[in-house]
Amino acid sequence: MAAVQAIDFLLRDPRVWRGQDNPPPPPSRHATGFTALDGALPAGGWPEASLVEILFSADGLGELSLLLPTLAALSTDDRPVLVIAPPYRVYAPAWQAAGLQLSKLHVLDANPKDALWAMEQALRAGCCGAVLGWPMQADDNSLRRLQVAAETGQTPGFAFRPMGALANPSPAALRLSLRGTDSHPELRILKCRGALPPSRPIPFHPYPRH
Amino acid sequence: MLWACVLLPRLALDGVLRRQPSNETTKLDPPLALITGPAQKRVLLDANASARAAGLYPGQPLLAAQALLPDFIAIAHDPRQDHRLRRFLAAWAYRYSSMVSLEGEDAIVLEVQGSLGLFGPWPRLERLLRDDLRRLGFQHRIAVAPTPLAACVLAAAQDGLALTETTHLRSALGRVPIRDARVDETTVATLAAMGLHKLRQLFTLPRAALARRLGPSLLAHMDRLVGDSPDPRELYRPPDAFIERIELHYEISHHPALLFPLRRLVNDLAAYLAGRDGGVQRFTLVLEHDRQSGDAETTRREVPAETDVVVGLLGAERDPARLFDLARARLERTSIPAPVRALRLVARELPPFVPAGRDLFDARPAQALPWDALRERLRARLGGDALYQLHVEHDPRPEQAQSRANPMASSKWPVSENRLPPRPAWLLARPMPLRDHHLKVLAGPERIESGWWDGGDVRRDYYVVQTSLGQRAWAFLPAGSSDGAWMLHGWFA
Repeated sequence: MAAVQAIDFLLRDPRVWRGQDNPPPPPSRHATGFTALDGALPAGGWPEASLVEILFSADGLGELSLLLPTLAALSTDDRPVLVIAPPYRVYAPAWQAAGLQLSKLHVLDANPKDALWAMEQALRAGCCGAVLGWPMQADDNSLRRLQVAAETGQTPGFAFRPMGALANPSPAALRLSLRGTDSHPELRILKCRGALPPSRPIPFHPYPRH
Repeated sequence: MLWACVLLPRLALDGVLRRQPSNETTKLDPPLALITGPAQKRVLLDANASARAAGLYPGQPLLAAQALLPDFIAIAHDPRQDHRLRRFLAAWAYRYSSMVSLEGEDAIVLEVQGSLGLFGPWPRLERLLRDDLRRLGFQHRIAVAPTPLAACVLAAAQDGLALTETTHLRSALGRVPIRDARVDETTVATLAAMGLHKLRQLFTLPRAALARRLGPSLLAHMDRLVGDSPDPRELYRPPDAFIERIELHYEISHHPALLFPLRRLVNDLAAYLAGRDGGVQRFTLVLEHDRQSGDAETTRREVPAETDVVVGLLGAERDPARLFDLARARLERTSIPAPVRALRLVARELPPFVPAGRDLFDARPAQALPWDALRERLRARLGGDALYQLHVEHDPRPEQAQSRANPMASSKWPVSENRLPPRPAWLLARPMPLRDHHLKVLAGPERIESGWWDGGDVRRDYYVVQTSLGQRAWAFLPAGSSDGAWMLHGWFA
C-alpha cells in the first residue's frame, strides 16, 4: 500500500489542474436592483462593458422591468441611454415613474438591418450609459460584432431577442431567459461568464403593486 | 507693412486637374489640355505634364495638337471658373491675414507683417502656406516684399524670395525685365522700341520726361512698385455663404463615383470655414442633371433639373472628415434619378463654431465618439426624425400623455407630479383586440374619460389583466360595460 501523502503535497504537483483557478470577476458597478439576481450573478450585477442577451417568450413578462432600476441609476449620470428599434412605443410616463430621467433617454426608430448597425455604432462610440436594442435579424455573427463593440466602447449593451434563438449559441457575456407561467414569469440564467449558471430559476417579481 | 504674394501661374489648369481623380499608383495622368479662343480658331491655353511630354504647348492651335496626339482630353476653358477659384483662394488666405487682395488674373496678395506674431517667423508661415496650397492642389510661387506690387513682380521672377527691407527693393527690382513688371502691353512695346528692357534702366530716367512721353500712369505704377506712393487696394471680404460647384466631364449615375468630387467640395468647405473661424450647421448638395442627353426613356420620365441632398446637423461642425462622412451617408440614401453633370455645395447657415471641451485626462477607448457626433451619424443614415426624445404631457388620455421632443429645444424637462395608477412601459401604437378566454383581472377599472373638446373623445375603463401566457397587459373595455371585446393598449414589460 502506498504511503499516505499529505494533500498539500499532491496539490503542489504542477500536473494537477484545479478547476476553479480563475479569479472572480471584479464587482460590478451596475447592480440589477433585484437582490436574488444580483446574488446569482458572479459580478454581483450586470457584467460591465459587454453584451447581455435577454430571451423572452412573449411581451409583457417584465423584460423591461428587469432593466429599469439599472437605467434609472444610469440616467442620473451625464450619459445618454439609447433605445434602438423598440417593438412598441416607449411610454414615457411609466419610464419616468420608474425613476428614469427622460432628458437622458433617446429613442431611435430603425428597420432591422439599420438597428444592428446603429447598435454597433452606439456601443462602439462609448459615449452612452447603456444601449438597448431589439435586433430582430441578429445571427451569431452580428451578435459577436455587438459583443466586440461593447467591449471596445466599454458600454453595457442589452439585446432583446425572441425565445426562438435559445438553441443558437451566443457570444454574449450573460444570457437570460424569461418565460411566462401561470403565476409569475420564470427567470433563468442560461450563461454567465465567470461562473456556472445556476440550474434553478431566479425568484423574480418585476411588476409594481397593482 | 510686408506683403506676401501667392502667384498662381497655372490656375486654370490646376482648377481642372484637381477635379480629376489622379492615378495614385503610377502618377501618370491621361493627357489633358485646356482650350480657349473663338470657334474658328481654337488654341490651347494650357496642357498638363503628360500632354506636354507628347509635344503639346500653350498657344498651339487645337488642330495641330490633335494631329500630334489623337486622343487627349480637351476641356473648354471657363473664365468664370477661374474667378471662382480666385475667390476661393482669397477665402483660404483670409485665415492667415485680415488684409487679402486679389491682384490681376493670377495672384493673391496678403499682408503678413501682422500675421508673423501668430504664425511664427516668415519661413514657418511660408511652409504653412505652401503645405495648404499643395494639399488643395495648386501650383504656386510665393515671394515677400514691402509693397504688394513688388511682391507679385518678384514672385514671378524668383520663387521663395523674401525681401523685408525697403533699401534693397530697387536693386532687386532693377534686374526684372519690364515685361514682367505688370505694366500694360502697349507701354512695354513702346519702351522696348526705345531700347528699354529692364526696370533698372527705367529707374534712372528723368521722371518729367517719362511722364511727358508715356503718361502719368506708368509713373504712378512705378511709385506703387517701389513704395514711393501708397497702394490702396480693395480688400477681400469673405462672403456669408459658401457656394462651390464642380462640373464633371462625364456623366455619373452611381454613388461611388460621386464621392471623389464630394470629398473635394467638403474639403474646400472646411478650408473656408477654418478661414472664417466658423462652422456649418446645414448645407445642401445639389446634383445637377443633364436633361438633353440620355436615352429616350429617361427624357420621357420628366427628369428633374436638380436633386437636392440636404445635410442638416444639430450643432455646428467643421471637421472635414466628419462632414464628409455625414454627407456621404446622406448621399448614399438618395437615389440618383438621372446622370449627374455637376455637383454644387451650398452652405448658408454658418454659425460660430465652438469646439467641444474635452477633459485632458479623459480616458476613452480608441474608437470613442462623443455623443454629438454619434447623434449626427445616426441621423445622417436613418433620417432626422428617427432619433427623438420624449416629454410627458398633462393629458389623461394615454395617446396624448407624451410627445416627441425636439432634441435641441428641450432645455426644460417638466416632471409630472400626478399620482396615477401604474402605467405600462410599452404602449401599442393603436389599441388592438385582445382575444384570450382566460384573462385574469388584477386591477381596475380605472375610468379615463376625456377629450370631448378636441374630437379625440375617449371613454374607457382600463384594467390590468394577466393573459394565459403569463403576460401582464393593460387593456380596456368601453366605459360602463363589464364584459365584451377587450382592447389591448399596452404591456407591463
